[in-house]
Amino acid sequence: MIRRWLPPLLLVVALLAAWEIYADSGAADSFVLPAPHAIAQAGFDNTGLLLSNLAVTAREVGFGIAVALLVGFVLAVAIHFSPTLRRAVYPLAVGSQAVPIPVVAPLLVFWWGFGTLPKLAVIVLICFFPIVVTTVDALAAVDPDQVKLLRTLNASRWQAFRFAELPAALPGALSGARIALAIAVIAAYIAETGTATYATGATGLGREINSDLTSLQTPRAYAAAALLFAFAITCFYLLTLAERRLAPWSARSRGASR
Amino acid sequence: MTTELEPRFSTALEPDASQPAVDAQAVRAGYRDRRGGTVVALDGLTLQVPRGQVQAVVGPSGCGKTTLLELICGLLQPMSGTIASAPAALMPQRDLLLPWLSALDNASLALRVAGSSRAQARATAQPMFAELGLGGFEQARPSELSGGMRQRVAFLRTLLAGKPVLCLDEPFGALDAITRQEIQSWLVEALAREPRTVVFVTHDVEEAIVLADRVWILAPRPGRVLAELPVSLPRPRSRTDAAVVALRERALRALVADPRTDAPR
Repeated sequence: MIRRWLPPLLLVVALLAAWEIYADSGAADSFVLPAPHAIAQAGFDNTGLLLSNLAVTAREVGFGIAVALLVGFVLAVAIHFSPTLRRAVYPLAVGSQAVPIPVVAPLLVFWWGFGTLPKLAVIVLICFFPIVVTTVDALAAVDPDQVKLLRTLNASRWQAFRFAELPAALPGALSGARIALAIAVIAAYIAETGTATYATGATGLGREINSDLTSLQTPRAYAAAALLFAFAITCFYLLTLAERRLAPWSARSRGASR
Repeated sequence: MTTELEPRFSTALEPDASQPAVDAQAVRAGYRDRRGGTVVALDGLTLQVPRGQVQAVVGPSGCGKTTLLELICGLLQPMSGTIASAPAALMPQRDLLLPWLSALDNASLALRVAGSSRAQARATAQPMFAELGLGGFEQARPSELSGGMRQRVAFLRTLLAGKPVLCLDEPFGALDAITRQEIQSWLVEALAREPRTVVFVTHDVEEAIVLADRVWILAPRPGRVLAELPVSLPRPRSRTDAAVVALRERALRALVADPRTDAPR
């Protein structure tokens, strides 16, 4: 336990100490780089505000990842079964990752208004891609002899998929989901700040950060960013735990602790 | 060990024993290689396997043994010639157990595919685990089993497919000598209890003679029958029996006598 938590803890403490020394030396203006103690202070003073905004962002990330997993997995399976679809869809999926969100944001708002839906769409757009790629690769890596064996047991194509390919693809899809989760948090920031919202109550940590930065409340912006930081790490490890339950046979699940 | 000797599966042996279980006539077969060329693995192969017999196919690598089993199982169609076979189940060279299923679920996979519920399938496979010396390992994943155990689970999966013909591709190849002996004697017992037609491929001439009613010796590139060796010795046989040794000498002579064996490739 100690061996596991001590190295990251020491690293964080060392980085924070260096940061504190640098900020206190006055080398950078405190509006540009607040000291860690000022950020912690801002965090404690605004706990309610920050947590209610975190709840909004967490909900967006949660739903966004769920939809991205579904869309990504279904697309990957379709691509796996149809070489034609693969040729047609794969380049578009790659290209979709290069589209700057502000280009499509007005359209999303035009379609779905100022609520959660356009934000979800942005997160899904950013997050489905790693899931598609890892799942397609995992499906392609399934031992063809395994499928052949199921055929000698009179399995239909669907049964061969259900018994051999689907479970084999699960660890791949989950690795994609872990990559997706790590970028989902920044995707949520892009979604919140890139689409219009009526300012009523908490609107997410992304908007909070932007408005704090423009009103020179830099320590609070940093406190909000620290929350996003911690949230992304928590999500990543929760998914790793989930993977151990969902795919306990995979080498990653059986491997050394991370 | 139960004393019950009746086959538990209705499909085990069909009454019409006059028809051979496997009948291959002048079969030419092969596969496409990666560069798009065609590799002829078998050419002009003719053999019959009567129902209820255990027959071995022996030959050096490259003699199309695996291709022959795939033909029997209907995974491959011959380029010319004909092959007729009763429904056959394949036990591949690698066990190909599904890593996410328990040993019990792997063994009963064919029953699941045939539409049984998970519980039904498990209940059918369960009693056979103790008989195969796998008692207590029902819930183990393949990665937790020894090579010999995995092989037995794979055999059980083939057996539970309920097909009259079993095609075993080097079933004992990956095992150490002691485990090998154990599994062989276990196979003989299992077949006494569940009579099937068995075609098994091996590169071990002795093993073929110890287990089979007839040994087919194939020549490589392309595979064809070099000799056929009936083995009418009483069972159980041992590798050291004089008759087994004599037959082995005959088999090896047949292999060496092939004019193409020593030809430059």
